[in-house]
Amino acid sequence: MVGELAVVLFWPAVAGYAEAAVAYAGDTLRPGRLVRWAIWGVRLGWLAQTALLVAQAAHADGFPWGSWAGSLNLFVWMCVGAYLVWGCRAPFRLLGLAIMPLAALLLVLAWAVGGAVEPETSQFGDVFLVFHVGLALAGFAGFTIAAALALLYVWQDRRLKRRAPRVLRLRAPSLETLDSLAARTVAVALPALTLAIGIGFARLGTDGGSFDATMAVTLLAWAVYAAYLVLRVEAGWRGRRAAYLVLSGFALVVLVRLVLTPFTHF
Amino acid sequence: MHLVLVGTSYQRAPVELRELLAYDRELRRGALDRLSADGSESAVLSTCNRTEAYLAAPDAAAAEERVHAELASLSGLSGTELAPALYTLTDGAAALHLFRVAAGLDSMVPGEAQILGQVREAYGAARETGAAGPVLHRLFRQALRVGKRVRTETAIGENPASVSAAAAELAERVFEDLAGRRILLLGAGKTSDLTAANLISRGAGEIVVANRSVERAEALARRFNGRGIGLERVEEELERVDVVVASTSAQGHLISAEQVARAMRARRGRPVFFIDIAVPRDVDPAVNQLDGCYLYDIDDLERVVAESVAGRREEAVRAEAIASVEADDFRAWQLSLDVVPAIASLRERAEAIRRAELERAAGRLGSLSPGQRRAVESLTAQIVNKLLHQPTVRMKEAAAAADGVLYADAVRHLFALEDPRAPDAPSNRQPRQ
Repeated sequence: MVGELAVVLFWPAVAGYAEAAVAYAGDTLRPGRLVRWAIWGVRLGWLAQTALLVAQAAHADGFPWGSWAGSLNLFVWMCVGAYLVWGCRAPFRLLGLAIMPLAALLLVLAWAVGGAVEPETSQFGDVFLVFHVGLALAGFAGFTIAAALALLYVWQDRRLKRRAPRVLRLRAPSLETLDSLAARTVAVALPALTLAIGIGFARLGTDGGSFDATMAVTLLAWAVYAAYLVLRVEAGWRGRRAAYLVLSGFALVVLVRLVLTPFTHF
Repeated sequence: MHLVLVGTSYQRAPVELRELLAYDRELRRGALDRLSADGSESAVLSTCNRTEAYLAAPDAAAAEERVHAELASLSGLSGTELAPALYTLTDGAAALHLFRVAAGLDSMVPGEAQILGQVREAYGAARETGAAGPVLHRLFRQALRVGKRVRTETAIGENPASVSAAAAELAERVFEDLAGRRILLLGAGKTSDLTAANLISRGAGEIVVANRSVERAEALARRFNGRGIGLERVEEELERVDVVVASTSAQGHLISAEQVARAMRARRGRPVFFIDIAVPRDVDPAVNQLDGCYLYDIDDLERVVAESVAGRREEAVRAEAIASVEADDFRAWQLSLDVVPAIASLRERAEAIRRAELERAAGRLGSLSPGQRRAVESLTAQIVNKLLHQPTVRMKEAAAAADGVLYADAVRHLFALEDPRAPDAPSNRQPRQ
């Protein structure tokens, strides 16, 4: 029952995100023409995915996104949701170029490994997973948005430095805006990850278990983002250096989400 | 009723002639009075790049002659001297021209924004003096709508068309906004003044002017409500300012990469935008390599402007399509005016017959209740409406295909209607006194 409904909702979500990605790419070639299509793709895709998650939650006996593939589904929803909050506004539209292809790809990946349509229900209690996995995914979603902002910063900085004649053709946010938004996003995402790590360690203490590579790299990512915030406040790290630091933290997030977590199941 | 445009622009007339044909507010008022003296509608658009008179009149040739005479009188030139500089367009072509003008498609720099305000002003003057009638109301309102549509639906006006605007827009790609930003002006010149003015218009705050002579710097700074300093204090200022505009005639670099590197350490990562419009350059090109520093010289800025203007031209193709569709729409409306009087007469005649027949039958209907009487009224009105619906639609369709006058004449003849175009027919617009 949920399988059929999920299929009906899953593909429109993928189609919406993919259409938005293509439209954003087209908009860079002919600014202003395809952006409405892109925004509607994001909105409709996200609504379809929201309905998919609601259907899964309604039919699941427990936390339905505990597996790696299931958590990817939830992660994509969080990333696109965060992007929808302000990403669709004119100066930030270019962020869609980074976010939407990633969202479409990750959702297809989640489907390919069976976590998008019929997710496995976790053996663990709901409360622990809602907080631990939910907060960790919220943190990672924030870091993904911060990475997209940092990537846009590096791209825009390079264009301004190279004095490209077409530098004004594409409407992009100012460097200062990108820099401060990336910092604010990290400042929101880091406490979420901190709480998730704290809850994870608390569970490790009560239920037992071993310290694994996923935990080690997650801690390393946490340290990179914490260092980013400290260096920003204490040493005035801004601009390109800070953007590279955000991107290096994101490389660790990718390592955790796409390489190490597939071998972890709650 | 014909729409007639007679005018000249920078494409036909040099500035010496255009200045003879320019109207100020008072002169325009007088011209509108004269051009509308016979009951025609008129509007005059006068800018530094064009002077155009729009008339809605029954006789296009007479209207054209009247504008020629008006312009000859204004300029003091003979008709023969003026003729090569003037163009005349009528009806759909005249409407399309005004729509292109309002969209900035006929401007020196495609998409420039000022012209839309000037079209609005021309319409306002015609409205205030009562010179605008139904045709020009519709024409100018539609022109203003076209101007807005083009700027909303295309990117024709988005990119800068001058070095100073490009510099200010580039600065906005670095900073969130320019409100309260500090500007350092090195030297002074026309382009740097324009750039500073552009930055100030976007909210830039404190202006510091640096010059070899502090007195000269202070004198220059007074123009921008800023303060003046000597060149020896430039490095100190680099720690505080956000945008540097350099335009001195010095032979070497006044700002070295080492100076900027030292200042950047004190700035704790805050970026600086350098606009170097001096030749030879005032700022060491190596400054652009420093993290958080962006340096544009005059060649860079001119390349950006050239690219922007090329972008505007690309967008102009889309804007032309909008103007063209709107002009077709206006033309269809204008043609429908030819059949409107015939339709109105036909409906009046039918209604008169209906009323007369009801009155004749009043004796026989006297015994009806008020409700039954209303039903009879409604029934007869519906019969009349249904009978006239198809002829009305067909006449309007024929009008859009330019056959409207033939159909209108046929209807007048078949139903023995009065022709409002006849010399003794009453006119809607009385001649202006």
